[in-house]
Amino acid sequence: MIPLQVVSLVLVAAAALAVVLHRDPLRQSLVNGLYGLLLVVLFMVFQAPDVALSMLVVGSIAYPLVLMLAISRVRDRTPDDE
Amino acid sequence: MYLPYAVAAWLFLVGLYGVVSSRNLIHLSICLSVMQSGTYVLLLAIGYKNKATAPIFRGIHVGHPAVDPVVQALTLTDIVVSVTVVALILAFALDVHKQSRTIDPDEIAEFQG
Amino acid sequence: MNRSLRLGIFAVSAAGLAALLFWSLVGLPDFGHYHWPYGKLLNAVAVNERHTTNVVGVTVFDYRGFDTLGEEFILFTAVIGVSLLLRKGREDRIPLDSARDDALRLLGLLAVALVFVLGLWVVAFGYVTPGGGFQGGVVIAGAFALVYLAASYRDFHELTPHSAVEMAEAFGVGAFTILGFVGLAYEGAYLQNFLGIGDTGTLYAGGSVPLLNWATAIAVAAALAVLFSEFMKVYVLPTREWRS
Repeated sequence: MIPLQVVSLVLVAAAALAVVLHRDPLRQSLVNGLYGLLLVVLFMVFQAPDVALSMLVVGSIAYPLVLMLAISRVRDRTPDDE
Repeated sequence: MYLPYAVAAWLFLVGLYGVVSSRNLIHLSICLSVMQSGTYVLLLAIGYKNKATAPIFRGIHVGHPAVDPVVQALTLTDIVVSVTVVALILAFALDVHKQSRTIDPDEIAEFQG
Repeated sequence: MNRSLRLGIFAVSAAGLAALLFWSLVGLPDFGHYHWPYGKLLNAVAVNERHTTNVVGVTVFDYRGFDTLGEEFILFTAVIGVSLLLRKGREDRIPLDSARDDALRLLGLLAVALVFVLGLWVVAFGYVTPGGGFQGGVVIAGAFALVYLAASYRDFHELTPHSAVEMAEAFGVGAFTILGFVGLAYEGAYLQNFLGIGDTGTLYAGGSVPLLNWATAIAVAAALAVLFSEFMKVYVLPTREWRS
């Protein structure tokens, strides 16, 4: 197993712990973006370019959009804006 | 070396801890996606072969050793579809927030009496 | 059941689960020593049988096409669920919610065209180089989302009317299913490859794989467009209308 794979596996494990330990959803979605990029690196090192491309487009287009819109609605609290 | 399998199990357990101890439904859905990524790592680790390349035979001849394409096929469809499932869970969270103004799983359980 | 009791039970059971997981995972062969025949067989025959160079793409749409059909139905059902939960009865007044910065508008609208063409390219060459209907569909939906981010919500709303997008998604999933039946009619097995295979490494290759590829791309792009539209509505509509 080449050292690049060892390094990316350790980084992915650490980033997953960071994602879970952040309790605030807004910060967690940013750390989730970083975790997605580390997963892309891991998938590339495992010789899987299709899977890496899939994780890249999903983690940069779909996840942040959906998460940010949902978080903004939940944070939009009193006083009411009308 | 069992490091990839250990990391896959670690991802699953860390995500499960996040789901169990979560105080926020949105945090819970992101921890669920961490659990799913553990299965992706396990699938890709099973299909890997030493000194092999990606199964794209453009520029290399067909007999060249390549990693398993079937697990990659399963994983890549799953990644795109899991986004819609996370979106469904977030829609549930927004609906709950609309009804009872909270997204804490513990408080929601109390509402049902 | 209060929180600390729940966490205590979780700690005990997670320790047991971790032990079982590690015990089972050391029973797998060493990492890197792949010796099962399925992967070797597919890598050896796929390029000659289907004249495509991306073996993963042709596995998704031909050899394991039935799994892809199941995934498309998961996609379809999840989008139906989101629409049911977040769709409001009537939308009389569409708010404007436009981007105000000129640089943002200019560069963003230039980017929309580029991202759209990039998405079409990723879909089209899906069975030659890495890519395919799933990845390219997400990129095309990203081009639609860029219209909201760079222009205004009203432009996005007019670009993706509900009826058209839902019809496109149903068309994509239905076309995949019906192409399977065409394979059944011509070759005797559901989702069997039925057009002539062409020249290796070109776009004219793979039999029915390009048709399934484009059907998937349309389905995924439309599904994500519906998803984005529902979530944007949650953000853009004021609270008074949202909590009706």
